[in-house]
Amino acid sequence: MISRADVAHLAQLARIELEASEIDHLAGQLEVILGAVARVQEVAGADVAPTSHPLPLKNVFRPDVIRPSLTPEEALSGAPASEEQRFRVPQILGEE
Amino acid sequence: MITQNAYEMAAAVATGEITSEALTQAHLSRIAEVDEKVHAFLHIDAEGALAQARAVDAARARGEKLSPLAGVPLALKDVMVQKGVPTTCGSRILEGWRPPYDATVVTKLKNAGVVILGKTNMDEFAMGSSTENSAYGPTHNPWDLTRIPGGSGGGSSASLAAFEAPLAIGTDTGGSIRQPAAVTGTVGVKPTYGGVSRYGLVAFSSSLDQAGPCARTVLDAALLHEIIGGHDIYDSTSIDAPVPAVVAAAKMRDVKGMRIGVVRELGGEGYQAGVLQRFNESVEVLRGLGAEIIEVSCPHFEYALPAYYLIAPSECSSNLARFDAMRFGLRVGDDRARSAEEVMNLTREAGFGPEVKRRIILGTYALSSGYYDAYYGSAQKVRTLIINDFNAAFAQVDVLISPTSPTTAFKIGEKADDPLAMYLNDIATIPVNLAGNCAMSIPCGLAPEDGLPVGLQIIAPAMADDRLYRVGGALEAAFNEAWGGPIMNKVPSLTGGVR
Repeated sequence: MISRADVAHLAQLARIELEASEIDHLAGQLEVILGAVARVQEVAGADVAPTSHPLPLKNVFRPDVIRPSLTPEEALSGAPASEEQRFRVPQILGEE
Repeated sequence: MITQNAYEMAAAVATGEITSEALTQAHLSRIAEVDEKVHAFLHIDAEGALAQARAVDAARARGEKLSPLAGVPLALKDVMVQKGVPTTCGSRILEGWRPPYDATVVTKLKNAGVVILGKTNMDEFAMGSSTENSAYGPTHNPWDLTRIPGGSGGGSSASLAAFEAPLAIGTDTGGSIRQPAAVTGTVGVKPTYGGVSRYGLVAFSSSLDQAGPCARTVLDAALLHEIIGGHDIYDSTSIDAPVPAVVAAAKMRDVKGMRIGVVRELGGEGYQAGVLQRFNESVEVLRGLGAEIIEVSCPHFEYALPAYYLIAPSECSSNLARFDAMRFGLRVGDDRARSAEEVMNLTREAGFGPEVKRRIILGTYALSSGYYDAYYGSAQKVRTLIINDFNAAFAQVDVLISPTSPTTAFKIGEKADDPLAMYLNDIATIPVNLAGNCAMSIPCGLAPEDGLPVGLQIIAPAMADDRLYRVGGALEAAFNEAWGGPIMNKVPSLTGGVR
């Protein structure tokens, strides 16, 4: 059911450069895990409402007031690379 | 001194019998002595801990009123951020990262004068039941160093059982506080979802994650629960209501007239004989204490595990997208020629371990179009059915009980490459996370066949956390009387000498 190509595609969607051996291993394991978890379909009738969260909260507001927050130095303290108070990232578009 | 309960240590600090600095130093010495064998800690912040301890001693000298656990050391699970102290979540992708802010739980601990010793080992991003999924090597169970201390919070539970700390913070997404407590003979509580702030807790599965207290006694857990609980404006899913009166409940030691439900579906096949034996004996102890025992059925609990292994991976595949090599953490392959996406792919391949990758890929599958309704959608419906089962059960009884974990601690390596076998460890704890109510694990004896601790789980409705402590406190007192002292008196010495 889960092919090697499926796993490779999922890995690409998940932004993980899996090695070939990992793809082989995962394909077998996912097949087994999905077989086990598919049982949820046995009781998931059309009449049952889904629950996404244990608390029935929506639109939690707070007053819009200025609070202390991180300085630029603190915010950048864990950055792999930074320049001029900004995160430096690899190229996002195809060319410079 | 290090074998005392946290409230005894706090009393000794408050009366001046001992300074917090000496108490903290005693625990740091113990860690230096035994953690090579146990490996409960990923980072020890000796300097920070001693500074916090001296601040408590100074406050006392000035005559300030101290909070109930002031001056007592604590071990913090490495999934919670503490400003300036390395936080890895057991992952290479965060190696060396020092957070620029404190989690709300950490702020509350600091304000209460609780001394944070360091960060404890865990399964990577809290995904696992054995702490073997840590990128920094496994933690060993002080009851038998060849066995697992539970997971994901195995560092926290092992630190308690090794007397490296009297208090610890854990997080519980599917059982990561309760199962480690069960297999180490300690006490662990998953509070009601929203009862303790998640601000500064690195997210695994946001609708399931809940931080909570770990200790060696029910009262110590209650004292810690009151400190860390309560509403937080920085967490929009935090419940805006007072913390249930857990300390008073822990001191009641009376279950007369309480209706206690035994969940038929959480026991029997798949459970170790000695686990069931100790559990059944505990039921009789409760009956003897005057509780009314009622068998209840929760027919959809058998679907909890499959639902969990769709919901948690789905949420984690989204949450862990933040580890993108751009703003913090590891970055691999940035040679100024590769694109951001290529760097991201290489970094996540190098930084995540096998279980994290497995769950991200599984979640990506469950959320992909064409499969969403069949998998994630169906799992969400099961969640409703489990909530309905709990509601029906709590219409009949005040609390539910079950074994916490189907087995005692297993050998390190035994289930390492069998994900499904590993997932079964949480079969009795997961329904509570899906429904969002609360539960506790307390030790109920040693299994006759292997001499290892067995955990008993107590489950209460949402925001009725006090009931956990009422039942837990009464049972603990009855057990201590029957055993001639706490179960921790039986944990082997790690130093060969007298503890």
